[in-house]
Amino acid sequence: MRELLRDAEHLIRLGLLFAAGLLVFLVVRAQLVPAGFGELGHFRAGAIGANQEREPRFAGRAACAECHGEPAESLAAGGHAAISCESCHGALAAHAAEPAEIPGFAATARALCVQCHAMNRARPAGHPQVEPVSHAEGAACTDCHDAHAPGL
Amino acid sequence: MHTLPAVEGFMYPNEMELQWSVLIVLYPFLTGLVAGAFILASLQRVFKVQAVAPTYRLSLLTALAFLLVAPLPLQLHLGHPERSFEMFLTPHRSSAMAMFGFVYLWYLLAVLVIEIWLEYRPYLVGRARATTGATRLFYRALTLGSENLSPRSLEIDDRVGRFVTVIGIPSAFLLHGYVGFIFGSVKANPWWSTPLMPIVFLFSAIVSGIAAVLLIYLFYTWAKRIPLDMPCLDTMAKYLYYAFLVDFALELLDLVHRVYEADESFHTLDFMVKTRLYGSQLVGQIFLGTLVPLGMLALTQLVALSERARKGLYAGAAALTLVGIFLMRWNVVIGGQLFSKSFLGYTTYKMEFATREGLLPAILVMLLPLAVLWALVRLLPPMAATPPETEAR
Amino acid sequence: MSVDRRQFLADTTKLLLLTGAASRAWAFVEQGRPQDAPGYDVHRHWWAMFIDIEKCIGCGLCVDACKVENDVPPEAHYSRTWVERYHVPDRDPLDPLAEPQPRVDSPDGGRHGFPEIYPPGTGGKSFFVPKLCNHCAHSPCVQVCPVGATFESPDGVVLVDKDYCVGCRYCVQACPYGCRYIDPRTQTVDKCTLCYHRITRGLTTACCEVCPTGARQFGDLKNPRDPIHDLLRAHKVQVLKPQMATGSKVYYAGLDAAVR
Repeated sequence: MRELLRDAEHLIRLGLLFAAGLLVFLVVRAQLVPAGFGELGHFRAGAIGANQEREPRFAGRAACAECHGEPAESLAAGGHAAISCESCHGALAAHAAEPAEIPGFAATARALCVQCHAMNRARPAGHPQVEPVSHAEGAACTDCHDAHAPGL
Repeated sequence: MHTLPAVEGFMYPNEMELQWSVLIVLYPFLTGLVAGAFILASLQRVFKVQAVAPTYRLSLLTALAFLLVAPLPLQLHLGHPERSFEMFLTPHRSSAMAMFGFVYLWYLLAVLVIEIWLEYRPYLVGRARATTGATRLFYRALTLGSENLSPRSLEIDDRVGRFVTVIGIPSAFLLHGYVGFIFGSVKANPWWSTPLMPIVFLFSAIVSGIAAVLLIYLFYTWAKRIPLDMPCLDTMAKYLYYAFLVDFALELLDLVHRVYEADESFHTLDFMVKTRLYGSQLVGQIFLGTLVPLGMLALTQLVALSERARKGLYAGAAALTLVGIFLMRWNVVIGGQLFSKSFLGYTTYKMEFATREGLLPAILVMLLPLAVLWALVRLLPPMAATPPETEAR
Repeated sequence: MSVDRRQFLADTTKLLLLTGAASRAWAFVEQGRPQDAPGYDVHRHWWAMFIDIEKCIGCGLCVDACKVENDVPPEAHYSRTWVERYHVPDRDPLDPLAEPQPRVDSPDGGRHGFPEIYPPGTGGKSFFVPKLCNHCAHSPCVQVCPVGATFESPDGVVLVDKDYCVGCRYCVQACPYGCRYIDPRTQTVDKCTLCYHRITRGLTTACCEVCPTGARQFGDLKNPRDPIHDLLRAHKVQVLKPQMATGSKVYYAGLDAAVR
């Protein structure tokens, strides 16, 4: 038996080397696995929070109505009731947070209306559409229509 | 800023740019050479094909050289190579790719390094005894400080070595079959998603490995002015021929299956093969890279030819085979990204040159294993006279 | 002070000490809307989306809002959401076997709308299909991620851990819907988060916020009073590529067989 051990000594050394390597791997691994990994599944639980961090750019309709009660009411009563303020006025969370410093945005451009109301066959048939070039050529849409309560 | 590739028909917006470049073509090509070279080595060790004995050590060193370089194209390709160790920290068990690190390390350490170490131990001990100074220290470190070369210890080495080879064969199958699985298991991609993929990869790996060692052996004997062992070369060519036949049959089976089933993706893929892959697949892979070398090898099997003619045909066939197998990897990896998953359009792959994933790094990555092999051969000469103690083996 | 209120304040204080999410919730308490506040519990929601093809007018506001809200690179080939226009030509009565081949376009991801290219008289039918991550319950992308850098959150949202992603792009290959891209600035993968930073604050997603026709509706399948249940009841719905069995949670009403 002792002879066998002596003749396999190099293999034992190799085995020990591998065992040492494996041990180092396991120790290092235990140190490096990020905190919270595996708590909720195979991922860093903290990654959920990281995905929540960004600040919203669109404030949402409720935030607009807090200051702009009158236009919000007229919008709610008209044909555009389902549309959010920021659909036309753009992302205004920054304005909602600091109304005095950051100005809002008046939406009057013809291009804006045309984006939804230009004639396009792929649009649902019941959706109000106009020929964007010939319809009231040259005039601003808001000359005839109230964007908050469209119709003539 | 680079321009967007030319798109025909409709691609989903995010599909226009290819995600996996020529480097990812090299990865299965390199691991394939590893698996193939190892299986050639085990022909002698396990299956007692003594004719290929002269290439045993060369095959092992070839496998090691290519294996050492195999992760490099992956590292070059990663968006965050510095994070790649995460695959060892938190490997996702459902991910085929996560197992790569483990399969790779297993194969490298538990199979190749041990087998080479056992094979070269008498040589290492001999060098440690014959040299002085730093050289001696280096070789002594490689012997792990044990210079025991008693007949008994060598017999133990032989047994352990054979055991490692027996484990090594399924490990080599695992290494490359699993690379095929990385592609074959992507159900979103009909060009890849087939259960045949691992087995096609495996056989093409064997083919490429034999072809590579054959060429390396020819070059090595020529460069070193060592007499070439013709029965060895004949045997390798024979195995190359048969392995290639099986490989080709499997690929034809895949083709027939696709044509016959003709599922929703068929017209898209059919069109792609006949247009965008016409050169690389139909002409390059199937005609030049498969049918021609198969024909050349068949000729050597059927007709009695002179040694010189056989050598020429073998070398030509092996070189074309490597081109064919490389193009096979290309057509899988690149081809699988040229069509839209909407089946409504096609994009193009425009290889860059001196960028991180361009042609230049690809060429360097391809040449690097040859440099590593050159160094390994100098360090561990494959044809060195074995010390007298081991003559009996 | 009622017992309920005292209990509520105690709970809120506890949450404040415990989690960062709750500190955001404090804003609601201060505004006098505590019912919206008590932290965000990932286990109490299961988010989904409902898209009514018949209502989509292809204005592209959703695409633009997504780019703005989530700071998505401007190019179309980095899209968290986009809109496709399908055009299915008429069947040829003389050759009824020939299946009409759809034509699809999505200029700049549909961000600025769609110029009319199928004027009256072209025949066939045209319609818009908004696309986004399907937040699959059995996500192929999550399955293949080697390190656990993309995952299904307990509330049913497929998210990315940008600090952990190695950028191997296997998930991009595995997604059947083309919903992922590599963010050129971070070299990590990116995709729709269902505006996770919004929905966990009680807001709706940016795309749903700006959708002028209600073609996109966002809802919580774990909340029995959420209107999404009525929508799913009132419409015949389908998911994209049902043969992929990914457990998609983006439900389409009026989906045509031509859509892929």
